[in-house]
Amino acid sequence: MAVKSQLCSVWVGSETGILKGVSLSKKQAFNFCEMSCLTRDQEVCTMAWGDPHETEVLIGCLNGRVKTFSTEKGIFTESRECGDLSQGRFTGLAVMDSSLITCVESGLLKVWNEGSSNTAEINVGTGVCRMRQNPSQRHHVATGGKENPLKLWDLQRPDKSIFTAKNVANDWLDLRVPVWVRDIAFIQDSNKIVTCTGHHQVRVYDPSSPQRRPVLETQYGEYPLTTLSLPADQASVVVGNTHGQLAILDLRKGLVRGCIKGLAGGVRGLQCHPSLPVLASCGLDRFLRVHSLKDRTLQHKVHFPSMLCGSDTAGEVEEVKAEEEEDEDEVWDSMEMVKEHQGKRATCEEPSEASGNRVKRKRKVAKQ
Amino acid sequence: RYEKLIQEPVDNGSVEESESAGSSFPPTFSLSTIKNKQRRHLMFMKLKQEKRKQKLELRKKRKKERDALGDKAPPKDVPKTIENQRVYDETTVDPEDEEVAFDEGTDEFSAYFNKLTNPKVLITTSDRPRGRTVRFCEQLATVIPNAHVYYRRGLALKRIIPQCVSRNFTYLMVINEDRKVPNGMVLCHLPDGPTAHFKVSSVRLRKEMKRRGKDPTEHHPEVILNNFSTRLGHSIGRMFAALFPHDPHFVGRQVATFHNQRDFIFFRFHRYIFKNEKRVGIQELGPRFTLKLRSLQKGTFDSKFGEYEWVHKRHEMDSSRRKFHL
Repeated sequence: MAVKSQLCSVWVGSETGILKGVSLSKKQAFNFCEMSCLTRDQEVCTMAWGDPHETEVLIGCLNGRVKTFSTEKGIFTESRECGDLSQGRFTGLAVMDSSLITCVESGLLKVWNEGSSNTAEINVGTGVCRMRQNPSQRHHVATGGKENPLKLWDLQRPDKSIFTAKNVANDWLDLRVPVWVRDIAFIQDSNKIVTCTGHHQVRVYDPSSPQRRPVLETQYGEYPLTTLSLPADQASVVVGNTHGQLAILDLRKGLVRGCIKGLAGGVRGLQCHPSLPVLASCGLDRFLRVHSLKDRTLQHKVHFPSMLCGSDTAGEVEEVKAEEEEDEDEVWDSMEMVKEHQGKRATCEEPSEASGNRVKRKRKVAKQ
Repeated sequence: RYEKLIQEPVDNGSVEESESAGSSFPPTFSLSTIKNKQRRHLMFMKLKQEKRKQKLELRKKRKKERDALGDKAPPKDVPKTIENQRVYDETTVDPEDEEVAFDEGTDEFSAYFNKLTNPKVLITTSDRPRGRTVRFCEQLATVIPNAHVYYRRGLALKRIIPQCVSRNFTYLMVINEDRKVPNGMVLCHLPDGPTAHFKVSSVRLRKEMKRRGKDPTEHHPEVILNNFSTRLGHSIGRMFAALFPHDPHFVGRQVATFHNQRDFIFFRFHRYIFKNEKRVGIQELGPRFTLKLRSLQKGTFDSKFGEYEWVHKRHEMDSSRRKFHL
């Protein structure tokens, strides 16, 4: 079990409550579940890394429990009760200095301290869809939802939000533009926050500027955008919508750089690798797909029997050290850091094609 | 010049034979270079007859060899069909997969499959339907037990759905009509279930069917679901199964078949009779139509804001002739 979990480079949560770890190098997927009895109310709502070294995965379930899974040991180590069904689903999980931050749909944002039972609570408004933590300033947290504009909170001063976004001006018919923030991300090395909405808009806000309205606004498609992710190189964002359309948008001008094909169902989780130009996406069509962002081709595809839902493929590809060379040359050629055909060495932490679960390969013949 | 004109067919014939003898020296002669249509046609006919003769000879030779070998002959080759050559689909459901079993045991249809609810279907159309669609709906209502046809008075589906739920309907079926002919179907499982959108084609009403039997009776038919092998196929198959009540009345000897082939679902309704233990006679009653899945949406009908479990994307999914999704 421990060995299996240490191999996994991508973690996915499913609607049945099973945590699935996928090892792209070994091309296998493993199921990790707590008990033999599964119920639908253990559906995974959100996932987050428990610590900066990426050894623990926190999973928020529909019934209000937060489970901790240790990747080194391969078992669920802890499970806490953090709310119940009446308050709605978890919309965000984060960890700050050994205390757990949870947010539910009804708007209750709680900070659970280790050991001591006092919890700090903030009411962020009803209908919350997402809560995210700033990776560089861990005490800043952003929330947003349906008719609930983007708000930035400082957990050390929980009485009032630091920044509340203002709605854009009325549209050309002089009607109020509805607000529906679906996903939020913090842009690294700057103060800016990018959000995607259910009305197919992508907006960038800058809390440090006096302007509370978005700095940049673009539209993509006709369907609600469900998730977004920021790739390693700045100034672009990848968004996915309910129809399975994934697009890379440029944040400098707000234009579409390209679309990623392949998904057939609504996108539920998107995660870009922190350093390599690689994107993992999962959705309602029960597939986990790994695409390369440079040429937008599919690299891996893994099929699962149950729908992947609310799952952040949190925990992107970790540092997989010293990859042995394998026979499948084609995929390796598309990676950076490849010197020759023979010497595909160590630092390629990239997923080679999975075949353990009879994954179909889309061969990239090009480079040869 | 006159001589040349006569000589041409002879020349061309001889050139052609040397071509078919196997040499491929340039300039190669091709039928398309003959400008005269009649002569070209004649040459083409000759070519075809040649080929047919050769094929027949080959076949005779092979048959002779096979007869000569007698019992030791190698087995006959299976001809390649598109179904044989189908690309292996990794989403094909393994019957022993526990996770799939759990998923199916707790999905939206579990209430039906655990015999907790009985199906009750509401059939309606798009607004202002014309004769053919109206008759189609009526015939569908005779085929599906416990089905009610209502006139759609221009009402919005999102408003109809809560009313259906409160009146204990389990399915909403909307037949869409275009230019006086039904061409689409939205099948929505009611409490909060998936909504499937199909393209309907080849609708044959009862009076257009040849050698048909009498009208269907009120007995619950049996249901046959053929060839729904992938995970998506399973979901759709369960959707169709949940349209009909659990206990079929075998006395009625009626059967409704949903046969999936190459992503098209063929619906037929038959009455059968066993002539003896091995032979069955069937009579087709009832309407006949084909469906093709366009999208499967999670949740009740909400085309703008709903999440889609599967959307048919023509350019990505229809690029291979041997890949199917259901």
